[in-house]
Amino acid sequence: MHNKVHVRTTINGEPREFLCEPRQSLLECLRDVLGLTGAKEGCNDGNCGACTVIMDDRIVASCLVLGVEAEGAAITTIEGISQGSRLHPIQRAFLENAALQCGICTPGFIVAAKALLDREPHPSEERIRTYLANNLCRCTGYDKIVRAVQQAAASEEVAR
Amino acid sequence: MSDREYAVVGTRPVRHDGADKVTGRALYGADFQAADLLHGCVLRSPHSHARILRIDTSKAMALPGVKAVVTAADFPQGPDRMVDLGDGDVPISYVRGNLLASGKVLYRGHAVAAVAAVNQHIAEEAAGLIEVEYQPLPCVLTAPEAMQEGAPLVHEDLKTKELGQPTDRAGNVAEHLRFAMGDIDAGFAAADVVVEREFRTATVHQGYIEPHAATALWNNDGRVLIWCSTQGAFIVRDVTACVLDIPVSRLKVTPMEIGGGFGGKITVYLEPVAALLSRKCGRPVKLVMTRKDVFEGTGPTPGSFIRVKIGARNDGRITAAQAYLAYEAGANPGSMVVPGAMCIFAAYDIANVAIDCYDVVVNKPSTQAYRAPGATNAAFAAETVVDEIAEKLALDPIEFRLRNAAKEGTRRADGPKYRRIGCVEVLETMKQHPHYNAPLAGPNRGRGVAVGFWFNIGFPSSCNISVNADGTVNLVEGSTDIGGSRTSIAMQAAEVLGIAAEDVNPSVGDTDSVGYTSMTGGSRTTFATGWAAWEAAQDVMRQMKERAAKLWGVDAAAVTAETGVFRSGENKLTFRELAARLVETGGPIVGRGAVNPKGAGGSFAGSIVDVEVDPETGKVSILRFTSVQDAGKAIHPSYVEGQMQGGSVQGIGWALNEEYFMSSDGAMLNSSFLDYRMPTALDLPMIDTAIVEVPNPGHPFGVRGVGEANIVPPPAAIANAIYRAAGVRMRRLPMNPPAIMEAIWDQRD
Repeated sequence: MHNKVHVRTTINGEPREFLCEPRQSLLECLRDVLGLTGAKEGCNDGNCGACTVIMDDRIVASCLVLGVEAEGAAITTIEGISQGSRLHPIQRAFLENAALQCGICTPGFIVAAKALLDREPHPSEERIRTYLANNLCRCTGYDKIVRAVQQAAASEEVAR
Repeated sequence: MSDREYAVVGTRPVRHDGADKVTGRALYGADFQAADLLHGCVLRSPHSHARILRIDTSKAMALPGVKAVVTAADFPQGPDRMVDLGDGDVPISYVRGNLLASGKVLYRGHAVAAVAAVNQHIAEEAAGLIEVEYQPLPCVLTAPEAMQEGAPLVHEDLKTKELGQPTDRAGNVAEHLRFAMGDIDAGFAAADVVVEREFRTATVHQGYIEPHAATALWNNDGRVLIWCSTQGAFIVRDVTACVLDIPVSRLKVTPMEIGGGFGGKITVYLEPVAALLSRKCGRPVKLVMTRKDVFEGTGPTPGSFIRVKIGARNDGRITAAQAYLAYEAGANPGSMVVPGAMCIFAAYDIANVAIDCYDVVVNKPSTQAYRAPGATNAAFAAETVVDEIAEKLALDPIEFRLRNAAKEGTRRADGPKYRRIGCVEVLETMKQHPHYNAPLAGPNRGRGVAVGFWFNIGFPSSCNISVNADGTVNLVEGSTDIGGSRTSIAMQAAEVLGIAAEDVNPSVGDTDSVGYTSMTGGSRTTFATGWAAWEAAQDVMRQMKERAAKLWGVDAAAVTAETGVFRSGENKLTFRELAARLVETGGPIVGRGAVNPKGAGGSFAGSIVDVEVDPETGKVSILRFTSVQDAGKAIHPSYVEGQMQGGSVQGIGWALNEEYFMSSDGAMLNSSFLDYRMPTALDLPMIDTAIVEVPNPGHPFGVRGVGEANIVPPPAAIANAIYRAAGVRMRRLPMNPPAIMEAIWDQRD
């Protein structure tokens, strides 16, 4: 049971290798093995979205993916959203709109919003609400989060 | 209303900790790492009420990778005594007993033992190897059941406190209090309309997204170091010192970023247990709760039974109001029924009032504060009865409330007379709001309103400000920041210093590096810690003026300062220029602020809501929602709006879905986010806000705390809207589809 598996994957554009137990989730591997603690554990059963990452162009709850499934995949975490020292327009929009209070859900929301805007640069409010319904926020009532995503969608950088 | 113009206060700068929080760099409770770190697991009771006959940890200890196991027997076993841990006197046995059960388990999820091991999986396996022999006992789950003669006793030694006096009466009622004024019988006799109704509300959870997490290291020098997610680092320090029977000076608590609290992270659950484990094995031990642990083992807010009777004359004046409130405290006394009783008629000026409240222990998790604790349950009852009376009197519901609204000088039934308050202004704002005046067309739709009150508290806060040579300052304060309070505190200092908000670099100190500061709660942080920052900034300015005076060879009293410029006669230096000359004028400048402010105001809030009720399924949709609240003076309006929106949506969840679904033997059947349904983005419209500013005369900037009152009116407002949409008066929370359908069917019968 405890024999570790060697996993080769790509995280935030960089090739990464790690060892994990077959029972470890991708979330555990990110946080405890690789030290990428931006993805958060809020429920460990896929219902809160705080651990959302992009895996081969799909958003996944990393608590529901096994670490070994990362073999050969391309993964984007919150640590890979900003462009060097420059914040992504979604991140800037979150700050300018006060779209976070405690901030624990914020990484998941930003990753999910990026996946949405990468695919659909100009979503309606209804579409934003539907897409982000996988992510729970208990602080904001979502109003300012939805507005932040709308603002990011309207920014030229995302439109390009 | 507030008319003072400020340079910084009232603006909307980007929060200082923002970049860390949008990049994933901010470190929360579970993100803490240390060399040699062990991971722990807490074993919890499968029974809601049982005697512990035997605990055998030997098999767990024998599992390879396990380093320590603890039970309640590992706590120092001094005699029971009363301790004040920031919220009144409680027996230390209750505090200890809730950390690790001793003798009996009182609720399902009650912690019984804990393990530390080299990884989480081994710790979990080991917890499963601990053998606990239980003798199950009958359980009692609701206040009305627990109050009956012959009900199973949660605490055999609990004696009812009656009107403030101890009695010899054993039972589950920990306390009965009464607030009364005037002549209640004469008041009802003078009424033309009297309505009396009964209400029940379900147990609900605060629902913060971050589970509790704590790491402790019992260091080789005897100091205990703790890193945790908490609403109050000093409370963690004091509680841990108390139950471990060590001086507070032996503890250092470093607050990590906190992922939500809403009152539920004031109480200490993990820190002393992690410390005990660390003492046994000499390594740092991290304990992180699962979501199931959070639901089953941490404080929800009480379910309640409430009866309200209100009488009014045909001219729209309320003549008498009476209430009976029984709240489920959970396993230990302290249900917050008393503040509920203090708030239930707080929005009204009523001459004749009688309120009886009962704090009742039951076999559910020990309840904790949840945003305006006790007041939301109470307002659901009172504000729906008020609505019913307004309807009977054929008065607009806001007009009826205005005719009875509390104002400066109004006495509340629990004693105090209001200073300047904003109840009338909140109601006037609601009445004039475009939402209230917009037509609402379509079948099965209705609009409802309600108002609510919550206190602000004072309590101690501390802050230090040191001036940098480049004209910026570093500010260290003691309030853990749950929702942007670093910035609202820094802005108050910036206003005094005459510098930009961005030129203040705020951080939250650990318990070694900042003075005692009470919890982030009670709507006190922006009020009290903001005040400490104001004092510290005043202290800086006093010293800066002395330095300028020294440079200019004038008396310090002759130096003025305005918007960051010091002047005396022809002499002039900006804050930045003077900051560069501190070494030559006497050395660094550090300002101190340490306060225990009185004069906390209270805050009123109102909700306007439009709903649509599906008559086939009972589903209630929120079409439009407006939250109105008196902020005194909004320091950072975006974060004030955020509090109003967040509190409103928690109120919507409480109203429509959220509930501990309990089996008859006391098991919570929905202890996951899948089944405990909190509102998602898809369930909601935008939440409109209207900030009212009636300055609090007890604060330098007029601040009233805004964290809580906003959750109080939504369930009542939604119930009132449902009545107008579907013709049914809802008297039970949650108002979920089955409850709505039942009410519709009952009405058809």
